[in-house]
Amino acid sequence: MHVLDVARWQFGITTVYHFLMVPLTIGLSLLVAGMQTAWVRTSDPRYLKMTKFWGKLLLINFAMGVVTGIVQEFQFGMAWSSYSRFVGDVFGAPLAMEGLVAFFVESTFLGLWIFGWDRLSKRAHLACAWAFSLATMASAYFILAANSWMQHPVGIVFTDGRPRLTSIWAVLGNNTVLAAFPHTIAGAFAVAATFLVGISAWHLWRKHRESAADDPDRKVWHSSLRLGTWVGVVAFAAVAISGDFQGKLMFEQQPMKMAAAEALCHSEKPAGFSVFAYGDVARPDCENVKSLTLPALLSFLAHNNFSSEVKGVQDLVPEYQAKYGANYPVDERLGELSGKPIDYVPTLPVTYWGFRLMIGFGAIAAGVGVLALWLTRRGRVPRTKWFGRLALLSIATPFLANSFGWIFTEMGRQPFVVVPNPSGVDGVWMYTAQAVSAGVTVGEVLTSLIALTLLYGGLAVVEVFLIRRYVRAGIAGVMPPVPPEGDSDDGPDDGSGSGGGSAKSDDVLAFAY
Amino acid sequence: MSLPIFWFCVIALLWLGYLFLEGFDFGVGMLLPVLGRDNTERRVMVNTIGPVWDGNEVWLLVAGGATFAAFPGWYAALFSAAYLPLTLFLVALIGRGVAFEYRGKVDTERWRRNWDRVIVAGSWIASLGIGLVLSTTVLGLPLNEHGDRVGSPLAVIRWETLLGALAVAGYALVHGAVFLTLKTEGEISDRARRLALRIAPVALLPLVGLLLLVQLREGAGWTWVSVAVVLVAAVGALLRLAKGREGQAFALLGVAVVGTVVTLFGALYPNVLPSTLDPANSLTVAATASSSYTLTVMTWVAAFGTPAVLVYQGWTYWVFRKRIGTRHIPAVHVPK
Ligand code: HDD
Ligand code: HEM
Ligand code: HEM
Repeated sequence: MHVLDVARWQFGITTVYHFLMVPLTIGLSLLVAGMQTAWVRTSDPRYLKMTKFWGKLLLINFAMGVVTGIVQEFQFGMAWSSYSRFVGDVFGAPLAMEGLVAFFVESTFLGLWIFGWDRLSKRAHLACAWAFSLATMASAYFILAANSWMQHPVGIVFTDGRPRLTSIWAVLGNNTVLAAFPHTIAGAFAVAATFLVGISAWHLWRKHRESAADDPDRKVWHSSLRLGTWVGVVAFAAVAISGDFQGKLMFEQQPMKMAAAEALCHSEKPAGFSVFAYGDVARPDCENVKSLTLPALLSFLAHNNFSSEVKGVQDLVPEYQAKYGANYPVDERLGELSGKPIDYVPTLPVTYWGFRLMIGFGAIAAGVGVLALWLTRRGRVPRTKWFGRLALLSIATPFLANSFGWIFTEMGRQPFVVVPNPSGVDGVWMYTAQAVSAGVTVGEVLTSLIALTLLYGGLAVVEVFLIRRYVRAGIAGVMPPVPPEGDSDDGPDDGSGSGGGSAKSDDVLAFAY
Repeated sequence: MSLPIFWFCVIALLWLGYLFLEGFDFGVGMLLPVLGRDNTERRVMVNTIGPVWDGNEVWLLVAGGATFAAFPGWYAALFSAAYLPLTLFLVALIGRGVAFEYRGKVDTERWRRNWDRVIVAGSWIASLGIGLVLSTTVLGLPLNEHGDRVGSPLAVIRWETLLGALAVAGYALVHGAVFLTLKTEGEISDRARRLALRIAPVALLPLVGLLLLVQLREGAGWTWVSVAVVLVAAVGALLRLAKGREGQAFALLGVAVVGTVVTLFGALYPNVLPSTLDPANSLTVAATASSSYTLTVMTWVAAFGTPAVLVYQGWTYWVFRKRIGTRHIPAVHVPK
């Protein structure tokens, strides 16, 4: 076992885990801000209930997103110190901006939102919701700009063996991030939409098969479900369109990754898109791989026409060797790999199946959304036994699609951690094997890997437990108990805005931990 | 002033903000079982920091991010050298962050007791850890010519850095008690005041020790002034607190942090991380700084970002300025 392998496992596990929270946070916080806006504008208690219910689930998830993010911020220095030294001049800037511009806003206004129900005017309180939810988007932009620079370095010169930033605008306006940002955000909304659909459909199915059509709670779930399905429709369309755009960039910027996504061994002209393969995709010579292909579709994905050539792995390897060298440099800090031949082909089964699972799980989620839309048309509630379970199960699918998207993106760029820009500055690339901390021992990284994995595992249990509890309890679990002779059925938060509930004792906080 | 020196000062400032702000929320966490006699009292304590602890923590994230951007070599060397303590530190931060949010979400004694334990342990470990790392960067490490640590993973743990760990933890304890005096009412507030006065003479000793140690080893002539400021401010804080002026006491503790950070970073300059093996291997402000273009970009971002942060974080403290006590705490309302 080497530091490199352990550090990669750790980065992979912690990042994928962080990205389980992230898309739900991004999508749900904007949707909750929207629900609260609807409440402030219409004073319809239904929207307040939606804000409170989905807001509570958002908070449970947000806390986990925050704490797992801290690990990410530190990990570059801890486990990838050579990487940090090499890229710091460029990569540090978006990361620091993310902190200064996004995290401060996010954390501060989230605190104001959670505790500010009776301390702020309705409008100021709503503004806080928008502030933190837009900040999650800003944070996504900066971190994706940093990540996109690793996929496609721009805005730099190469001096003294290191990239130096020459244009921050080039980094922030990198066409890679311009494509990745909409794709990731759309993916985040897909997650939030499916979450809304799954939970509301389950509630309708479980508790409201018999209730009257104008039951207030039933209306809450119905509105949530419709919101979820429509957001989902848009999100899934946006994911497909932006994904197609990303694919075209990838052919230019990382041809090996695209070939690996298709497990395309030999160049083809026109190239077909493989839908499903059986046999051993791991072998770059394609012996015994049979696959179900849609003719010429890959050419379309790559170049927008049905005839041009797409290069295969076997033809790309010599090109890469000619451009970037056939062997690793001789350097004791590379350990065993020093001077050894470089394997330019990413792990094919991972890239091939990762790509398909991303699209496949996305398609399943979209399908369930459309089905739910149909089954609940005009206020209906389906009675079939499987509907509730199916709705709940489908929540997992866009999470999986997102994870596989990242696993594909990140593992598809191996063996590079900073991928060379084919039309960019010479010399700016870095092999993953060179990136890992040199002074750190296997024992240390293994310790943190085990500690974090166990901790994350435990926290996952707690989070799911809490979410389940709040989901089961529904609206009653999040609305403050109705005061005996309240003037509305919405508890003390409704109406008065600032100054707290007037009927009740002035002293008691509307919300406290 | 050159850009690298300016950024060295910015990073000192971020540390200052972090120690001052998260200092008291660490302290509140550490004192949870000491000052909170029943669940309602503990809820009062948690709610004094509830709206702000996450914003406080971001000061550290930004200090880290700014170090990465402005002095990549410093970030890389310090974080990888202090690998194990940082891991423990992260685990502690994760635990306490989640605990604040989850502690009140299930209404059983056992649930709350377990999360309280996490808060207490997390606050102790995190404040000790941050003191360890901060004093390590001032006092140095065995670094080779690449800036990598040579020697054992525990090279960061020496009696001097343990003193640094105690210094921050001890300070946080006092700072937290004074903060609670200021932010709560009735019995808890009185109890917090008495506790602060009783423990401060001992709890602040490690800080004084650390400052003297750093001053004698690496200090310049002028940093004696900041050491003196710390001593005067700390004593002043206790005198004001005894007089029932907890607001002034809290502000004076802030002055003490300013003096502390000035002393530590003043003694550190022109290094950012000295090598204890060979001064030639020490990482310096000049040699680890990013290019001047990067620093210029960062300066623009900071010039707009920092005042905004100060304004809206200040506003948060204003919004939640009222003291709270047991009578403000609503009944528990969670799903059954
Ligand atoms: C596309 C979006 C995205 C991606 C790729 C990442 N994150 Fe993240 N991160 C967020 C989107 C986000 C967020 C939505 O803004 C979070 C989730 C919950 C939260 O509070 O903010 C967050 C939280 C979060 C926090 C806590 C902020 C706080 O205390 O409020 C840190 C330090 C990081 N992240 C750092 C990282 C790093 C270093 C990443 C790269 C490996 C990373 N994140 C990937
Ligand atoms: C700015 C954002 C990101 C940066 C800077 C980044 C950087 C890195 C680095 C340095 C590694 C280690 C080298 C390697 O093994 O490839 C890595 C690996 C990895 N990252 Fe990312 N990453 C980012 C975002 C993400 C996200 C959001 C995910 C998904 C949830 C992700 C998934 C992975 C995975 C799965 C690996 C392991 C790949 C492997 O072991 O081959 N990354 N990434
Ligand atoms: C038609 C459907 C889709 C296409 C054509 C598509 C295409 C792509 C491509 C080409 C990449 C790699 C970008 C790169 O490495 O440079 C990617 C990454 C990714 N995909 Fe998809 N995708 C689709 C559906 C989805 C769905 C449904 C989700 C999630 C709900 C998703 C989430 C992601 C994520 C999170 C990444 C990694 C981040 C990034 O590089 O933007 N994708 N996708």
